Amino acid sequence: MRLAVDGHAVYAYTGARAPDPTLPTLVFVHGAALDHSIWALQSRYFAHHGYNVLALDLPGHGRSAGPALASVAAIADWLVAVQDAVGIAQATLIGYSLGALAALDAAGRYPSRVARLALLGPSVPMPVADVLLDAARANDHLAYELITGWSYSAAHQLGGNQQPGMWMTGNGMRLMERCAPGVLHTDLLACHEYSGGLAAAATLRCPVLMLLGERDQMAPPKNTRALIAALDSPSVVTIPDCGHSLMAEAPDAVLDALRRFLQRLAVAAP
Amino acid sequence: MTKAKTTHFDTLTLHAGAHPDPATGARATPIYQTASFVFPDSDHAAALFNMERAGHVYSRISNPTCAVLEERISALEGGVGAIAVASGQAALHLAIATLMGAGGHIVASRALYGGSHNLLDYTLPRFGITTTFVAPHDIDAWRAAIRPETRLLFGETLGNPGLDVLDIPRVAALAHDHALPLLVDSTFTTPYLTRPFEHGADLVYHSATKFLSGHGVVIGGLLVDGGAFDWERSGKFPTLTEPYAGFHDMVFAEESTTAAFLLRARREGIRDFGACMAPMTAFQILQGIETLPLRMQRHVDNARRVVAFLAAHPLVEQVGYPELPTHRDHALAQKLLPKGCGAVFSFALRGTRDQGRKLIESLRIFSHLANVGDAKSLVIHPASTTHFRVAAADLLAAGITEGTIRLSVGLEDPDDLIEDLSRALYAAGKA
Repeated sequence: MRLAVDGHAVYAYTGARAPDPTLPTLVFVHGAALDHSIWALQSRYFAHHGYNVLALDLPGHGRSAGPALASVAAIADWLVAVQDAVGIAQATLIGYSLGALAALDAAGRYPSRVARLALLGPSVPMPVADVLLDAARANDHLAYELITGWSYSAAHQLGGNQQPGMWMTGNGMRLMERCAPGVLHTDLLACHEYSGGLAAAATLRCPVLMLLGERDQMAPPKNTRALIAALDSPSVVTIPDCGHSLMAEAPDAVLDALRRFLQRLAVAAP
Repeated sequence: MTKAKTTHFDTLTLHAGAHPDPATGARATPIYQTASFVFPDSDHAAALFNMERAGHVYSRISNPTCAVLEERISALEGGVGAIAVASGQAALHLAIATLMGAGGHIVASRALYGGSHNLLDYTLPRFGITTTFVAPHDIDAWRAAIRPETRLLFGETLGNPGLDVLDIPRVAALAHDHALPLLVDSTFTTPYLTRPFEHGADLVYHSATKFLSGHGVVIGGLLVDGGAFDWERSGKFPTLTEPYAGFHDMVFAEESTTAAFLLRARREGIRDFGACMAPMTAFQILQGIETLPLRMQRHVDNARRVVAFLAAHPLVEQVGYPELPTHRDHALAQKLLPKGCGAVFSFALRGTRDQGRKLIESLRIFSHLANVGDAKSLVIHPASTTHFRVAAADLLAAGITEGTIRLSVGLEDPDDLIEDLSRALYAAGKA
């Protein structure tokens, strides 16, 4: 689906399905220097199992035009603007890494627009190492290499992809390389400078799933303790032997955790 | 300065794509000799068929042993993924069939393996796909041959059999200027000697029958996607960027930004043409790749010894090895192939065709057969065998004469190989 938000073209993957106003909507938000395709399996599954799906390309990423947004708050505002453009009163936000921070911030400031929240690979705060920020600022390829080195568990650095024939670290690297100069730095700086996560979490009343990689070095599970404490009874699922690239390293575990989260709430709803 | 954590080439040859078998602890990659895979439940089955879950359904489409091999070659080449197929020819056909249909056009180097030449020059025109052949060194000829309907540029890293070095950076730049991909056959070099994606190629394939498996015991091919080519921006590949009725109107470039080509190749090409690799074959190629760095270095070292011997022999008119200053592509080889120019090369005998026959028939260690890249040394006369369907003028253009003899230097003691050649050359001289 292609739409316009703030005067810029926006792309949203829908699983080749037109939005159905009778179905609940899931909005997938990718991380730094990535695009909608990181959610390929999960977004396609839900698009064919009773949900409207919008797997977005953030501005300046993938097929969406405009400059990359410079702060987590700006991305959160944009997510709500996308809902307005599509005509969705309320959606479940599913965010990964930078996208998780944006989803959290949107849920905190626009509680009526967010039905449920799934945070994958979150960390609050999400400090970014100086060496990575410096490399990204210089548009040095080292930045992509550092991220690749830190984003997969040691086992998955050697592959073992559930997707037959795909080399996951190479695929992740090539996806980041498609970003325009400066985009990675803008994204990483937004993560680094975001300080509103705990305050947003403390206000949330919607159900929250936190999906963590046991071996995540980019957003280590120990860095989520304060966020878990600030939230009201979140569901926390830790995927064993998984790094930060949850959807690539453990696509079925991610899908099953999301299914359980959404199904449990659907059953519990009046 | 901080360095990124990377796994080096030699380690990847042993480990990429493989983990100890979770069911049994087996350290070697198991041979999953099964046609099909049981579905846990109906929803899971439907999700696998509709690309909502990852996994295996039927071994024509994918197989766990083949998948390890596909990951391994992707890791070694620096690509995003690969498909293992029945042969190198199947890999070439799969690449072409994924990118174009009737009306499509290819610009290819003239210095090709005879089988590739057959496919492009004789067979594909029957299906409406035509090829213009150009001298690999002539960038102006490459440029002039590109038409509006061109969909692919294609060459070999080291042209068969004259070892013309493909100037991958220049040809890739030309291709990209025209929004076209460059496909490279890297069979003679393997990723140990060059990684074409690093020089600008977009797709790479191998006859894994040769150096990758290394022992002349299997037939197999590998097609690798570099993942950098922007099919949407090109606008010339509706097979990847427009809805495909054969898979629920899937738009492959939307499903995968980086691997749309592989998706279509697997979901259509392997599904429908069916030239898949057997798991036993994948296992044997994996065994070969485990020793690729050791073998390739020894192949190159032995080839250098044999080249030096032949270059100094009075019955040898010319040796076509790019490390020799006399080779047309010497400078380019030093730039693109600093670790060596492989172990397959040709030389021209100063003598008659009968003397050539006598030479080949007098060899005892070199085996006279149609293959290259075996651990054992091989010899053949291209004009009467591998290239016998190629017209005389095209043979000459490809650097092949009646006196051309092609060697594939193996892993034997180089002194024994030189002795074998020395004795056979003596016999040829007396003939």
